[in-house]
Amino acid sequence: MAGDFGPLTKGVFPTILFETHADEMAQPFWDAAKDDRLVCQHCTGCGTFRMPPSPFCFKCQSRDHDFRELPGTGTIYSFTVVRHPLHPDLIDCCPYVSGVVELDGTQGAGARMLVNIIDVDPDTVKIGDRVEIVFEHVNDEMSTPRFRPITS
Amino acid sequence: MNTIRDKCAIVGVGTTEYYKRGQSYPETELSMACTAILAALDDAGLTIDDLDGFSIYSSSCDPATVGAELGVPEIRWATTTTSGGGGCVGALGVAAAAIATGQATTIVSLMTLQQLNKRLGGSAVGGMLQYAMMSEGGSPYGGSGIAPSAAFTANNGLLSPGHSFAQITSRHMHLYGTTREQIAEVALSSRRNASTNPRALRPEPLTIDDYFNARMINDPLCLFDYTMESDGAVAVITTSVERARTLRQPPVLISAASHGGAGRWGPALFKYFQTPDEHFATSGHRPVAQRMYEMAGVGPSDVDVALLYDHFAPMVLIQLEDYGFCPIGEGGPFVADGNIRYGTGSIPVNTHGGNLSEAYIIGMTHVREAVEQLRGTAANQVEGAEVALVTGGPAGLPVSGAILRKDV
Repeated sequence: MAGDFGPLTKGVFPTILFETHADEMAQPFWDAAKDDRLVCQHCTGCGTFRMPPSPFCFKCQSRDHDFRELPGTGTIYSFTVVRHPLHPDLIDCCPYVSGVVELDGTQGAGARMLVNIIDVDPDTVKIGDRVEIVFEHVNDEMSTPRFRPITS
Repeated sequence: MNTIRDKCAIVGVGTTEYYKRGQSYPETELSMACTAILAALDDAGLTIDDLDGFSIYSSSCDPATVGAELGVPEIRWATTTTSGGGGCVGALGVAAAAIATGQATTIVSLMTLQQLNKRLGGSAVGGMLQYAMMSEGGSPYGGSGIAPSAAFTANNGLLSPGHSFAQITSRHMHLYGTTREQIAEVALSSRRNASTNPRALRPEPLTIDDYFNARMINDPLCLFDYTMESDGAVAVITTSVERARTLRQPPVLISAASHGGAGRWGPALFKYFQTPDEHFATSGHRPVAQRMYEMAGVGPSDVDVALLYDHFAPMVLIQLEDYGFCPIGEGGPFVADGNIRYGTGSIPVNTHGGNLSEAYIIGMTHVREAVEQLRGTAANQVEGAEVALVTGGPAGLPVSGAILRKDV
């Protein structure tokens, strides 16, 4: 079915936002994404990681932070298999899996990503499965992050 | 301690009929709000001259517009609890607080809803992208601008409240072994109650086979785990308990109401999900439940009927845990054992059919049902019902809970 979303691949939710609308706080993430690197905001006051980037540390209320590079791997914390398209033009990408991935190298809550998880069988994917990040370089600005099973 | 306990009462309930999505046209949200308010005042034996406050949630109406339309002589109170449907019974507590402190005398709480060119959750009618753009601080009913945080989730395919609530459900199933068979019991029990409620929009029978043959919307949620889209308005009038005892209807006391939740639950469900581990697979209601029970001086074993916000069936099962009807993680076996059934269960739940099978006016239908149960006029009357629990959410904070009781 032709639609507004371009050619679709089963299991891959298409990029629908092409601009990052980044501010100073968010830009380091998108800069690293261009180089296929995952960086995460890190409180230099207490060491807590947080995602997405935000002005204050929820643990110690410090504004001091830097960005630390993470291994880019993680574990599926929860997920859903979207079988019914929310928009008729999205039928060809269903079913797709999207969920919560807890990032290796962080401290649990505060550094999860909500992502489309690709290259998985929607009938066997499960919480606890190991995944790694992969970026789709959409344009000079946006690199859409997705996760896929660790291949190596 | 100074609390609102039993200082105020719900004295009037008014509604439009419940409609399937869009069928309320050519009525409008304003006209339905006014209809419900006038009906609620009339139910109480009051008139528009008595009304002097609005305590609403999710910015359900504009008190300025309604006040002008109906010619309210003086408005002394106009507040909304923030976020969405989670605040629905919290608004009753705010009304009681205003009245108990002398800042108003007669307050309406209401929801009015028409889904013609908008759909809750911002789904397919042009709103999908809008939902995807929402970030912390947004609500499922609309956003404002594109925040820098939005790009972190906009392209992930999580587009609707159902996609979000599935994350909590999947995690609950993973941690506790909760099954779809157990979740089905919530949907089936609600439907049985709807079948004997003349105003229910989904009264037709639902079997376990129907449930398992229904299409999966997004795992683990199937069609019958979802609420419906409906139109209508429900309004309730709150006043002081002393005045309530002089009015037309038996007063329904607001014994306690609490709204809020753990700070890091935050906007939890809507493009956030950084909820701490100990809160993730919950309804977000635990802190609210504790405060509410303390205020009312009752516990779960005192509750005769529970009207639990049920936009998605598994959220009933999880609220039963968080409100102490069963231990944490045992909501599945608890419902599977028939405990929530009307007539035979230990705690009848959503005797009207709930959001799942009666109507979804974002929670206010549960308040109506609680009042009718405590007046003794419900379609599926729980014999001798004296204490009702009503909840709003799970949703982004605040979520809310209230204990209503018969004036005995």
